[in-house]
Amino acid sequence: MRSFDVLVVGGGHAGCEAAAAAARMGANTALVTLRLGDIGVLSCNPAIGGLGKGHLVREIDALDGLIGRVGDVAAIQHRLLNRSKGPAVQGPRAQLDRKLYAAAMRRAIADQQGLEVIEASVDSFIIKPDGRVAGVNTLLGPIAATSVVLTTGTFLGATLHHGLSTMPGGRFGGAASNRLSATVLGLGLPMTRFKTGTPPRLDGRTIDWSRMEMQYGDASPVYLSDAGFVAERRAPLPCAVTRSNPAAHEIIRQNIALVPMYAGKIDGIGPRYCPSIEDKVMRFGDRDGHQIYLEPEGFDDPLVYPNGISTSLPANVQAEFIAAIYGLERAKIVRPGYAVEYGVVDPRVLAPTLALRDRPGLFLAGQINGTTGYEEAAGQGIVAGINAARAAAQLSPMIFDRASSYLGVMIDDLVTQGVSEPYRMFTSRAEYRLSLRIDNAGERLTPVGIAIGVVGAARRDRFVARNEAIEAARRLVSKLGATPNRVACAGIAVNLDGRSRTAAEWLTHTDVDWAAATKVWPELADVPSAIADTIATDMKYAIYLDRQATSIAKFRADGGLSLPEDIDFASIAGLSSEMVDRLTAARPTTIGAATRIPGVTPSALTALLSYSRRAA
Amino acid sequence: MRYSMPDGRRQTSGQLVTTIYALSSGRPPAGIAVIRISGNRAMDSLAVLTRKPLPAPRSLIRRWLIDADGSPLDDAMVVAFPGPASATGEDMVELHLHGGRAVIAAVLGALAALPGLELAKPGAFTRRAFDNGKLDLSQVEGLADLIDAETDLQRRQALDHAQGFLRGRVGAWRATLIETRADLEASLDFADEDDVPAAITPAGRKRLAALLDDLDAAMIDAGRGEQIRDGLTVAITGPVNAGKSSLVNAIARRDVAIVSEHAGTTRDVLEVRLDLSGVAVTLLDTAGLRPTSDPVEAEGVRRAITRADAADLVIVMGEASGRAGDLRVIGKSDLLGRCAGWDDDILYLSTVTRDGIDLLLDRLTSWAADKVVRSEPALITRERHREAITGARFELRSALSITDAVLAAEHLRLASSLLDTVIDQVTTDDVLDAIFSRFCLGK
Repeated sequence: MRSFDVLVVGGGHAGCEAAAAAARMGANTALVTLRLGDIGVLSCNPAIGGLGKGHLVREIDALDGLIGRVGDVAAIQHRLLNRSKGPAVQGPRAQLDRKLYAAAMRRAIADQQGLEVIEASVDSFIIKPDGRVAGVNTLLGPIAATSVVLTTGTFLGATLHHGLSTMPGGRFGGAASNRLSATVLGLGLPMTRFKTGTPPRLDGRTIDWSRMEMQYGDASPVYLSDAGFVAERRAPLPCAVTRSNPAAHEIIRQNIALVPMYAGKIDGIGPRYCPSIEDKVMRFGDRDGHQIYLEPEGFDDPLVYPNGISTSLPANVQAEFIAAIYGLERAKIVRPGYAVEYGVVDPRVLAPTLALRDRPGLFLAGQINGTTGYEEAAGQGIVAGINAARAAAQLSPMIFDRASSYLGVMIDDLVTQGVSEPYRMFTSRAEYRLSLRIDNAGERLTPVGIAIGVVGAARRDRFVARNEAIEAARRLVSKLGATPNRVACAGIAVNLDGRSRTAAEWLTHTDVDWAAATKVWPELADVPSAIADTIATDMKYAIYLDRQATSIAKFRADGGLSLPEDIDFASIAGLSSEMVDRLTAARPTTIGAATRIPGVTPSALTALLSYSRRAA
Repeated sequence: MRYSMPDGRRQTSGQLVTTIYALSSGRPPAGIAVIRISGNRAMDSLAVLTRKPLPAPRSLIRRWLIDADGSPLDDAMVVAFPGPASATGEDMVELHLHGGRAVIAAVLGALAALPGLELAKPGAFTRRAFDNGKLDLSQVEGLADLIDAETDLQRRQALDHAQGFLRGRVGAWRATLIETRADLEASLDFADEDDVPAAITPAGRKRLAALLDDLDAAMIDAGRGEQIRDGLTVAITGPVNAGKSSLVNAIARRDVAIVSEHAGTTRDVLEVRLDLSGVAVTLLDTAGLRPTSDPVEAEGVRRAITRADAADLVIVMGEASGRAGDLRVIGKSDLLGRCAGWDDDILYLSTVTRDGIDLLLDRLTSWAADKVVRSEPALITRERHREAITGARFELRSALSITDAVLAAEHLRLASSLLDTVIDQVTTDDVLDAIFSRFCLGK
């Protein structure tokens, strides 16, 4: 029987990151997929990154993951969102060429040493008498593995809806993995059903672009990966914006009974932040139009993805309302939109490593855990891959915490709070948002990545060089000083209190940015702009970062107190039965995690705190 | 919506938490006595004791209570409150018995014999209510104050708080804050999508300014709640032999007004606690304060001096001149040959004939009422509330004065969590919920 350290089922965003991360760490890894052609497929819109999501991409990138690098290669345009709003909430976003992306991802997977791709249909798990998962059974025969990572996306018990017709399947043209689905359902995990949807795909040659507002990428792009992008690129493509209107809304309203959701045929829960056009029309009836972004699917691809009008209306109604939209009057639908209803596992059954607590050796990552989005899936993939490799090597788990990464925020949210709708990352989920920025993702995570061996030599060398430059620049701003008079001479309005300050102190002032500081101290002009940005931001946020550091220290001191894996909450004195239920469902591994479980009372936390102090 | 584990863990874990019972009414004998039972065996206990099916929820009905050997215990009224809609959030039962000692003892004995039942420790019912989220911290504080209340005003204030007065007010503040945060966070997290305001909106600024006014008003009023809860302090000062102790003793002899008295460690009455039309007032006799070599007593003296210094009112006795606002009293009016009464803002009285004592008490009563009695209950009754609200005001002001939206959001987040410490905790989910319920976000 073939045997691997880590076996990853699925070749989507979670699966690719998990497999590549495990292989980078030296685990002998297999990626098993139903179809080789499915690797790197962007099943929803052709874009990566954004607010919160761009942060995740940069963190995956800091651990030498694929999504940022591959995305940059396939980009048709780059934009930095929230440019005007301050560094903590800026996120890079790239519009992608679908085919280039899939090709680049397949190449990255193929080039990865120690990673073998196997095309096979996984039917079931090999389960040892002690309950441990020890591999998978495929149509081609059994494959043994110490750790198995399951990344089946929306394919668990999936149903595809358009209009009132349904068929099994998790994606258009994607065969449902029925046997595997049955096997996972057979594990007896708590499940719920979610819903997602896609818009109809349009033929770009039938869209009247001349009447649309065009949306161009940034002239000097900020890339998804902090490695930047140096190769020759083709000229970026613009997107376009149009709006729905009352005439289109009326068509939808008249046909609402044909929408499976409204006909009572779907009971899965959809994401509130990504409603279908029929939901927008029904829920926000007072609005006379909703924006539609027309996103080209590639450089040499006539397909256009109209972002903002996902729908499960029957195809003829889709055609009717599309024709009512400005600039789309003669647009041809190449493929109608549809809704997918799929099963997800209550992620509270997972440890922060993303391993099932009751089923050692089996990890779950991606949409199966109730998230939505490529970036969220990839983020879980890299964490699961790292931990699968460490578990296979009998090393301690690698846990990401809320204070140092969005990865930690996401996983902590999932495993302690569970999901009530498809989970998407937002910067407002991070209480330490000012410290978790795209410019310092490397500083936050790459040292850890180097230590555990998930970061390759090229990135390590780049990181070390950047780190030295940053330290040198920090020394410089702490050494340089100036009186208020001298600063004022450079044309900066400051309070002339006569007190000399260091450049670092001056940079905390609202009116003193790096460009201004360079006028006072010309030597600062030599600091590379990426490094200057990080330092200037740290200075600007200094008092807040100090305060957050104090709160992080407190969080780690109290919140870091760990609770044993096999804790029996019912045995802890002072916990009511309801608290025992809530804690048992979420099974927090630290006091900090327990505080974030909805409905857990302060007095229950006190009981837990005294329990864990005694245990420590 | 959150889904629950499908395996009915409630039953299995619940058995490990005891069911508690206790006599909840006052000291027997009395007309009736009420025994409360709370926990997952409460309903079983009722069924066992009555040997009948459970009554309909929340209806008081007549049932014989029967001992294990079949002998009748009492002809009682019983009522069942199934959880979670009960005072503790658990299944609860009340037994209304004839209030004789032997009846109560027999029923308590029968309950003790049931498996899984145990006599409640003091405060255990409240504790369970708190554990089960039936009460928040401010309500538990109110309940504690209610049990400690000595005067009518203290009782009313405690009751307001136990009923959620502070929770309601802070909840409204919190809702305002969350609404504004949702706007702001939406402008940060959905910047490039349509329909989202940029930074704190003018409406949001207005809301926050109004909230800040509310918090300021609460702080201006902050002393009052604590004064009602802890009582006002009146210190009597003046030269030796001015009759300070005689005055205190004269007031103390009017036992109708007295709440309690603590004897001085060596001799005199040091303080007298009065109920002046609902306001608790402590009268401090500084005459009892004298140098001492006993370290324990010295510490007591030091504390009493500190309290007298911080007194809400000073009564200056004798010919000494006081500060503005002090109440001047001259005793021994009988020896001076004067009528007791007010003359040029000085009260003449006699502790021997007791003429004028009522005038003094009248003045103290109206002074105390002016100081603390308002139609509106006081919001802040504790240092803990005061600290949280002070902190929240600071954060709100910072949020309003800063232009950077991300930093404003940080200040608002801190303001939220400070207000939350008064009642309970918030998660970012509250903010996201507010965002999604009000915006149409598509991209």
